[in-house]
Amino acid sequence: MKSTSRRDFLKIMGFTGAACLAGAGPLCAATGREGDENTAIGMLYDATKCVGCKACMSACKRANFDQNNLSYEHLATDDDKLWDAPKDLSGDTRTIIKLYKESDTRFSYVKHSCMHCTKPACVSACPVKAMTKDPVTGVVSYNKNICIGCRYCQVACPYNIPRFQWSKAIPQMVKCDFCKETNLKTNGLPACSETCPVGAITFGRRKDLLDEAHRRIAKTPDLYVHKVYGEKEAGGANHLYLAAFPFEKLGLPVLPEESPAALSEHIQHTIYKGFIAPVALYSVLCAVAMKNKKDQEKLGHGEEE
Amino acid sequence: MGHHDEYQVQRGKILTKPFFILLALVLIGFGLIAYRFIAGVGAVTGLSDGYPWGIWIAYDVATGTAFACGGYALALMIYIMNRWKYHPLIRSALLTSVFGYCLAGFSVMVDLGRYWNAYSFFLPTRWQPNSIMFEVALCVMTYSMVLIIEFLPAILYTLEHTKWRWLWDAALRFSPRLLAGDGALPAGLTSVNKVAGTVQVRLNKVLIFFIVLGITLPSMHQSSLGSMMIIAGEKLHPLWQTGFLPLLFLINCIFIGYATVMFESIVSSYSFKRAYEVHEISGIAKIVPIVAGLWMAVRFGDLIWRGQIPAIFAFDRNSFFFLLEVVLIGGGAFMLLFRKNRLSPRMLFVSGAILMLGGGLFRFNVYLIGFDPGAGWSYFPSVAEFMITVGIIALEILGYLVFVKIFPVMPNPKKHFADEVEDEAGVPVGDMLPGRVFVGK
Ligand code: SF4
Ligand code: SF4
Repeated sequence: MKSTSRRDFLKIMGFTGAACLAGAGPLCAATGREGDENTAIGMLYDATKCVGCKACMSACKRANFDQNNLSYEHLATDDDKLWDAPKDLSGDTRTIIKLYKESDTRFSYVKHSCMHCTKPACVSACPVKAMTKDPVTGVVSYNKNICIGCRYCQVACPYNIPRFQWSKAIPQMVKCDFCKETNLKTNGLPACSETCPVGAITFGRRKDLLDEAHRRIAKTPDLYVHKVYGEKEAGGANHLYLAAFPFEKLGLPVLPEESPAALSEHIQHTIYKGFIAPVALYSVLCAVAMKNKKDQEKLGHGEEE
Repeated sequence: MGHHDEYQVQRGKILTKPFFILLALVLIGFGLIAYRFIAGVGAVTGLSDGYPWGIWIAYDVATGTAFACGGYALALMIYIMNRWKYHPLIRSALLTSVFGYCLAGFSVMVDLGRYWNAYSFFLPTRWQPNSIMFEVALCVMTYSMVLIIEFLPAILYTLEHTKWRWLWDAALRFSPRLLAGDGALPAGLTSVNKVAGTVQVRLNKVLIFFIVLGITLPSMHQSSLGSMMIIAGEKLHPLWQTGFLPLLFLINCIFIGYATVMFESIVSSYSFKRAYEVHEISGIAKIVPIVAGLWMAVRFGDLIWRGQIPAIFAFDRNSFFFLLEVVLIGGGAFMLLFRKNRLSPRMLFVSGAILMLGGGLFRFNVYLIGFDPGAGWSYFPSVAEFMITVGIIALEILGYLVFVKIFPVMPNPKKHFADEVEDEAGVPVGDMLPGRVFVGK
């Protein structure tokens, strides 16, 4: 800068100031763990046990089909109205079993549904608190009565979990909520894990599930990839995975340990901390503009007109 | 402020050929919007669960509001940098901003799946301050109001001075006999004139606080529009995903704002057959390379710092769009380094357009092109989706065309171009108002 006039000062305020704030973010963002590890509930899905019967899928639909709960799903059937075989999660499907096939003899099933993140991006993104995380149980649930349908939760979720009912005039988001208002309430555990005939879905406290997962790996190390997916991904999740194949092959993305929500909130909070910066900016600009205006009026009429 | 003959009404017919072409596009767009509300968002768009946001957000909101930053960028220059010679340009820039922002807000309502719940933004119990969208939404709503207030003097001035001749003409058309009397102005209408005059004086006293608010709010939400995509994390390509997004968006909207002022000034001078405002806009053009240069510095500094230089030369789709973005912005700014170009309306037009394209492309890249939700997803706007955006843009231009012919928006040439003074034949402004629509000449 050539001189330190008022204009330059403002440039520094506006540009460099914002740069420092914005730039400080990535350097010192926290990992963003939140919630009580000891009370959080979760699920452990062991892909090596899953036989791909899809009983969990239909149980999920049965449990959550239009029961006056917060979000309901409609069963989509084929032309014969016989069997519902969706290809992916959708506005009708909260959980799905997919198949990864490496060869005819080596394959694995994998179940996709909401991860119930420790620091959920969907909750952080939602402008109106339609996505919330229960501080005790850690369940991330959705309230259609508040949701405005902006779909920012979809943009934010690293696993592409929330789904939108695209073809409806009155749509809503759909995602797993651990049967919070249905099976969990009535039978004490989510419909999928209650139904699973081979015990591939264990329901319990996150802490116990994590211990159990590590125990299984230690017991039969040849069977598993030595990693519990969901332990650290994007800040951690309450839905944990064990599998025999690298998780990215099963459609689970490779993610950094930091939650994207933590980073984004950190930057936003740094800029808007206590709302001091905007107010200060407004006051300074006001002072400058008023003085300029006064000067202008003094000079004004003769020269301007 | 206060010197009203700084601005004038653009004389001319309102119902011109461009008017009807634009109107047709608007009607198509709104027909499709009606269909969207019956059949759902999916029926008219190419959107999917992987690409939940398409051109309605990437163009109408993220890019459109940047194009609408002329009012902001110019106010920054006039009131903060104390460059009052640009004051005559502010109303047309403000008018563009009013339409840009209000229609961005409108297209959000078209995009929202559960729009009837949007009142949640007015219930503090539902506020979710961690959400960047929450901040953007509140800011943009407030700013749209502020823009309207900032534009109010032009409307009030017209209301104050109108002799209601257009109303007369219209009434005469429909029922000549009704008005066969003396044609005296009913008292009600005269009092509207008076009230408008009083309000105007009061407003002028506090206007500066709104103007400054109109500088603060865009600084906030334009940077937050960048922060919005930080939470997309790994889904946004590393060429664009950075903690510097807020700063980049802020600088970006400033040079886009100036580019829009240049572009709009040349285009409207050309189409209204006015003399080019080269004197003013060349001064603005001088600032653009500085701002764009600053943007480039942050952009490349950040890429180097994050070790993403190899990604530039990967020569895949992302690197292609990155290079295009940089070449357009750099090229447009480079042209303006030369005094000769800054004095040529043609070059000002070309560089303004290039900078808007490049600056807009950066925003598109962040919101759409660099966004990859994973294997199996793809997005391309459907025809209907595209036509809705076209309809909204057409409405912006249409509104601008109509407004400049009703309200004193364009700079008064008397102050700059002596040869056009005869236009000011002492006819009160109010009498040249929309009366011409009905009179027809
Ligand atoms: S997986 Fe997605 S939808 Fe589920 S809690 Fe995490 S961010 Fe939210
Ligand atoms: S779509 Fe609904 S739940 Fe998702 S972020 Fe928007 S308001 Fe929240």
